[in-house]
Amino acid sequence: MPKSIPADSVGLVAPQTAHFDEPIELVCGQTLPRFDLVYETYGKLNAKRDNALLFCHALSGDHHAAGYHSMEDRKPGWWDGYIGPGKAFDTNRYFVVCPNNLGGCKGSTGPNTVNPETGKFYGPDFPLFTVKDWVNSQKQLMDSIGINQWAAVVGGSLGGMQVLQWAIDYPDKLRHALVIAAAPRLSAQNIGFNEVARQAILSDPEFHGGHYYEHNVVPRRGLMLARMLGHITYLSDDAMRAQFGRDLQTGRLSYDFDVQFQVESYLRHQGSSFVDRFDANTYLLMTKALDYFDPAADFENGLAEALSQTAAKFLVISFTSDWRFAPARSMEIVKALTDAQRQVSYAEVESSEGHDAFLLPNSYYTDVLNAYMAGV
Amino acid sequence: MPIWLEFDEMPLRSDLAIIKKWITPGSRVLDLGCGNGALLHALREERQVEGYGLEINPKNIVSCLQLGINVIQLDLDEGLDDFDDQAFDYVIMTQTLQAVHYPDHLLQEVLRVGKQGIVTFPNFAYWKNRIQIGLQGKMPVSRALPAQWYETHNIHLCTVKDFQQLCRQRNIKIQEKVILDHAHRPSAPITFLPNLLGQTAIYRCQRQER
Repeated sequence: MPKSIPADSVGLVAPQTAHFDEPIELVCGQTLPRFDLVYETYGKLNAKRDNALLFCHALSGDHHAAGYHSMEDRKPGWWDGYIGPGKAFDTNRYFVVCPNNLGGCKGSTGPNTVNPETGKFYGPDFPLFTVKDWVNSQKQLMDSIGINQWAAVVGGSLGGMQVLQWAIDYPDKLRHALVIAAAPRLSAQNIGFNEVARQAILSDPEFHGGHYYEHNVVPRRGLMLARMLGHITYLSDDAMRAQFGRDLQTGRLSYDFDVQFQVESYLRHQGSSFVDRFDANTYLLMTKALDYFDPAADFENGLAEALSQTAAKFLVISFTSDWRFAPARSMEIVKALTDAQRQVSYAEVESSEGHDAFLLPNSYYTDVLNAYMAGV
Repeated sequence: MPIWLEFDEMPLRSDLAIIKKWITPGSRVLDLGCGNGALLHALREERQVEGYGLEINPKNIVSCLQLGINVIQLDLDEGLDDFDDQAFDYVIMTQTLQAVHYPDHLLQEVLRVGKQGIVTFPNFAYWKNRIQIGLQGKMPVSRALPAQWYETHNIHLCTVKDFQQLCRQRNIKIQEKVILDHAHRPSAPITFLPNLLGQTAIYRCQRQER
């Protein structure tokens, strides 16, 4: 809990909800008759309405990117280190918009909301959405707020993939694209991890084919396992060694299967607290959106051809110890952009903190964002 | 220290002004080891070029971003595999050739990726260097070569003669060259004794037609 709100915080914030009554057709062929998007904004939209930044969240993120919901909050929003007055994304200069994605579980229309046609939870019947669908729904949010062009669209990881899709699908709707710790598509290894996570959820007896809401249970063990696995891929070997090593909880081995190593305790805690804040059906769908993301596929597998559609100026950032989306994956994006003769800068940030580094404090990362944003 | 061994007055990188004159307006440029982005910035403002700088030093990356230069953080020793053949009108490499692990390979890469290459380097056979090494018996230290031998990034220093010999061996055609003295003037005596009187060498070259 913050004793007092720090001076460089956006302060106490409250989410808003935008209702869209027109049907939205999804890539999978299904249509949602109407939908809601929950979002937060920080800073002020200027008179020319040209200082708006869109932030796209990652797999387990949401609309709460900065500030606090109440004085009882233990932690601020997920990118509070970089969004706020005087920070890299300076809310004195910019108007920040951050939605909870369609299919999310934090208030936007998703599996844990009620289907108006049946009066029941969507559950497993919620259509399988793609990154392209998210971008289309965010475009509707943009129109409803009255923004004609984003100064920049920004995102890390799965958020970075949304930035790429924005730049390809709506080239004249953004001036800058900040693609952080992302990849142009998943590797077989990435898809493999996602599949194990999904199987953990699907094979939990309390999953009930996705209808667990009606049974008043959640597939706790499955979702917890999925998160524990995912969490290992967000950290680096070095970061785990530094944080836990082989340290024991009680100081000695107990020769049973209880928690003994501190890393076990940490992962169980991460998994179990995730279950309290996330929905298993959303997790399944989000990992599928990741697996399916492949903008080059629409252009005969030519990423450069896909990115030839773009008009934005790009900043691509990777982190040296990120093995989920390693620097080489970011370089694929950079190469395609230079082949397509687009404007692009690229920074490879030295960090020992793995994929999670994009959320954490880092002086070079901050300098790069500050220097780039000065020209946005 | 004798007067003729004092540090030179001019900053070495005023060679950039000469390069600027060689660049056709509106061309596409790749600057290898672009430093703080000063050359690309000047080329963008005065020659309307498009292009990218490649750089490894984080401080320089931040400087380039502040100037709004497109800069890509990359280790030149890992090569230019990410760039297609003849993708740029010019590939420029100022004061970088002597600091990479495989200068001959990189030079060939420059001329694969660029229709023309522009290369500058400090001439190690410059007479003041010869005095320091020949008479004093010490590795030269000057404005052009400011670091001590144990901390220099320059691991493949060469001379005007060496570079031209490599070009002959690798079928590289030198289209234009300017050799500058310590004050960065292309004076008349240098024309006759470039390898002795030249402190900085600037070449524009391309692949020899076969």
